[in-house]
Amino acid sequence: MDPSRKRRIRLVVALTAAVILAGALAYTSFSASSAAVQPSKLLASTNAGRTYQLTGKVVDGSIRHDGDATVFRVRDRNGRASVPVSYVGTVPDPFRDGREVIVTVRKKGSMFVGERDSLITKCPSKFTDKPASQT
Amino acid sequence: MATVGQACLILALLTCAYGIGASLYGAAAGRRDWVDSGRRAVYALAVLATAAFVILESAFLRSDFHYNVVATHSSTTTPTFYKAAAAWSSQEGSLLLWVWLLSLWSSLVLFLVRRRLRDVAPYATAVLLGFGAFFTSLLVFTATPFHTVAAAPPEGTGLNPLLRHPSMMIHPPMLYSGYTLWAVPFAFAIGALVVRRVDADWIRATRRFALAAWFFLGIGILLGARWSYAELGWGGYWAWDPVENASLLPWLTGTAFLHSVMVQEKRGMLKVWNVSLVLATGTLAVLGTFLVRSGILDSIHAFGASTLGVPFVSLIGLMIAGSVALIVTRRDSLRSEHRLDSLLSREAVFLGNNLVLVGLAFVVFWGTFFPLISEAITGTKQAVGPPWFDRYTVPLALVLVLLSGIGPVIAWRRATWANARRNFLWPVAVALLTLVLLIAFGVTQNVAAVTMFVFGAFVVAVVAQELARGVSARRAMADEGPGRALVSLVRRNRRRYGGYTVHVGMAVLFVGVAASTAFQHARDVRLSPGQTATIGGYAITYRNATARADYRGERLERVALGAVLDVKRKGRRITTLRTERGYYPSTAAFMSGSVVQGIFEGDATSEVGMKAGLTRDLWTAIRPDPEYLNKVIDALVAKTKNEPIDQQFKVVGNLLGTYRQGAFPAQFRLISSPLVTWIWLGGIIVFAGGLIALWPAPDAARRRATAGYAGRVARELGRA
Repeated sequence: MDPSRKRRIRLVVALTAAVILAGALAYTSFSASSAAVQPSKLLASTNAGRTYQLTGKVVDGSIRHDGDATVFRVRDRNGRASVPVSYVGTVPDPFRDGREVIVTVRKKGSMFVGERDSLITKCPSKFTDKPASQT
Repeated sequence: MATVGQACLILALLTCAYGIGASLYGAAAGRRDWVDSGRRAVYALAVLATAAFVILESAFLRSDFHYNVVATHSSTTTPTFYKAAAAWSSQEGSLLLWVWLLSLWSSLVLFLVRRRLRDVAPYATAVLLGFGAFFTSLLVFTATPFHTVAAAPPEGTGLNPLLRHPSMMIHPPMLYSGYTLWAVPFAFAIGALVVRRVDADWIRATRRFALAAWFFLGIGILLGARWSYAELGWGGYWAWDPVENASLLPWLTGTAFLHSVMVQEKRGMLKVWNVSLVLATGTLAVLGTFLVRSGILDSIHAFGASTLGVPFVSLIGLMIAGSVALIVTRRDSLRSEHRLDSLLSREAVFLGNNLVLVGLAFVVFWGTFFPLISEAITGTKQAVGPPWFDRYTVPLALVLVLLSGIGPVIAWRRATWANARRNFLWPVAVALLTLVLLIAFGVTQNVAAVTMFVFGAFVVAVVAQELARGVSARRAMADEGPGRALVSLVRRNRRRYGGYTVHVGMAVLFVGVAASTAFQHARDVRLSPGQTATIGGYAITYRNATARADYRGERLERVALGAVLDVKRKGRRITTLRTERGYYPSTAAFMSGSVVQGIFEGDATSEVGMKAGLTRDLWTAIRPDPEYLNKVIDALVAKTKNEPIDQQFKVVGNLLGTYRQGAFPAQFRLISSPLVTWIWLGGIIVFAGGLIALWPAPDAARRRATAGYAGRVARELGRA
C-alpha cells in the first residue's frame, strides 16, 4: 500500500478512536455525576432517589448524635437557608460548627442522608486572603 | 526588617523588568553584552528573593507577630520545626517560595548554558524573568508578606494542627520545586521555537531539569499521599480531590515528555508532540499553583475567594495562546526526520505509553474541571466522584504498567519475532507463573487487581532479565565479580538503568495500590473499654482510655484523648496500638476567658495507631464519643467560665482524670489493608531510580572537566 495512504488511514483510525473515547468519557461523566448544590437550591427542588453533592457551612450548634448517625444542618455559604443531614461514618478531623463541608446526599423523607465516606471538610488554613477572624 | 523585605521585592520586580528588556534587546540587536546583562539580572533576582525569604523565615522563627502573616499562621506554641514550615502555609509565603525557587533554578540553568545555546538562551531568560515578574508583582501589589502592624497581638493563630506532620514540612517545597523546575524546559522550548532551532539541543540542555522537576513533583505527591494516610483520620491516601489532581496533571504529561524526548533524540521524530507536551506541562504547573488559590472548584482544601484569579487566568491564557501560536507558525521546522517504521517497535511503544499518559491526564483534567464544564453546558454545576475516576484510570494504569515492561526491551525501528522471543519469553513465563500462583491461593476476586499483579511481575522480570544479561556481559568483558559488575553497569549507563529502576518502583507502587484498594477491610465501630471488634481476621479490644495535656513552656499546646487497643489474631496477641485525638486550643476562645471552651473549640487532629508491615497495615483512629464529651464540656464551661484562668487549668486536669478513669464509649475507624507499605516502598524505588538517572555519569563529568580545562588552556594560549 502507498505509505502516505497508509499513514492517512492510521490517522483516521486514531482520530476516530479518540473521538469515540472522548464521547464515552463525556457521556459517562454526565450520567455518573451528582449536581453540586447549596441548601437553598435543594429546598427549592429535589428529585427523590437522585444524589446531590451538597456544599455549604455547618450551622452553629446544630451537630448532634442519633445512635451511630451524626445529624447536623448545612446552610448556604452566604445565606441562612439550611437543610438537615444525617451521616453515618467517621467524620473528618476538621469537621465542626461553621466549617465548609461537601457531602453526597440523597433525600429520605424530610432528611438528607449522606453517603458513607462522602463527607469532606475543607482544611481551614489554606491560602485565605483575609485573616481568619474576618472570614 | 519588613521594610527591607518589601524593598527586596520591589527591587526584584524592577530587576525582572530590566532583565526581560535587556535579554530581548540583546537578542534582537545581536548585542552579547546586553544578553549577558539579562542573565545577570536572573542572578540578582535570586539574591533579592533569597534575602526576602530569609527575612520572612526569621520573622516566623522569632514569632514576630508584627508581621500579619506570622500572626495569622504561627504562634509561640508552634514547635520550631513547624514555625519554619508555617511560612509556606500562607498565601504570601508560598508565593515567595515560588519566586525564590524559580530564581534559583533559573540561575543554575542559565549559568550552565552560558556558553551554549546562545540564540535560544536570551528568549528563555526573558520567559523565566517573565514568570519572576508575574509572581513578584503579586507579592508587591496583592499579597505582600511584609505587611506589618504597629501593635503586635500577644499570641498568633498558630499553624493548623493538621499540617503539623513531617511530610507537610517537605511536601510544599517539593511540589513547588517541581512546578518551578518545569518552567525551565518550558522557557527553553519557547526560546527554541522563537529562533526556529528545534533540534534536540534544547532538550539535552534542559533534560536534567525536566527530570528533576518530575522527581521533585513526584516526591511532593507521594509525601502528600503519606500525610493523608497518616494524619487525616480517614485512612486513605488518594481522594481525587482537585488539589491532588492539580499536582498529578503536570506529573503525567511530564512523564510522557521524558519518554518521548528519547524518540526525538534518537530518531528526530515527535518534535511537535514534544514541544506540545513540555509547553502543556509548564502551563499545567502554573494551573496547579493557581487552582490551590482560586476558589473555582470545591475541594477538601479551603480555597480563598482569591483576588489572584484574574492575573492567573490571564497568565495561563497567555501561555496557551503563545504556545499554540508558536507551534502553528513553526510547524514546518517541526517536521519529523523519520517515519514510524512499524507498530512493533520501541518508538511505537513509547508513543503508546505517551497516549496512555496523556489519556490519563485528560481523564483527570476532565473530572477535575467537570463542575465548570457541566455548568457551562447545562447551567448546573455537577461533580464526579472517585468511582468515575477509577472507571477510566484503572484500565489505563494497567496498560501503562504493561507498556513499561515492553518498552525497555523491544527493538528500535522494527521488532522481529526472534527479538521478541529472546526478550519476552522469560518475563511472560514469570507473569504466567504469578497468575497460576494467584489462582492457586484463591486470589481471584478482583480481576483488575489480579491483572495488575501479573503485569507487575512481568515488569520486574523484564528488568531482572536485562540486569542479568548486562552483568553477565560485563563480567565476560571486564572479569569482574557480580556485585562490582552490576555497579559498573549502572554507573556506565545511569539514564537507562535509572529508568529501569523507576519502572520496577512504579510496578511495586501500582501493585500496592491495587491490593490495598481491592482487598481492604474497613469498619466504623463504637466501643466502650473492654469491648472487642473484629476486622480482617484481627480482634481489636479497647483496653483503656488515655488522656494527657502537652505544654510548651507554660502554655498549653494541646489536650490528647485516646485509647490503648490490644490486637489479637487467632487468640494470639499481635501488638498494642495507641491512637489519640489531639485538641489544639483556639486562641479566640482563650481570649474570651474560657480555657475549656478554648481547648475543644480549636482544631482537632487524629494521631493514628498503626502497625505497618510488608504484607498488611492495621490502621486505627479514635474519635471520643462527641455526645458524651460535649455534655461534659458544656457542664465544665458553665462551671468555670467566671473562674480565674489558673483555676480553669485545674479543671482541665480534672477532666483528663475523669476521662482516663471513666468507661466512656468512643468511635473508632478500623482498617486492615494489604500491601500499603508497597506504595511507599515503590515510591522510594522510583525516586532511587530518578536519582540514578539524575546523577552525572562519570564519563560525562570527566568530559566536562576535560573540556573546561581545555577551554582554560585555549584562553591562556590566546592571551599569550
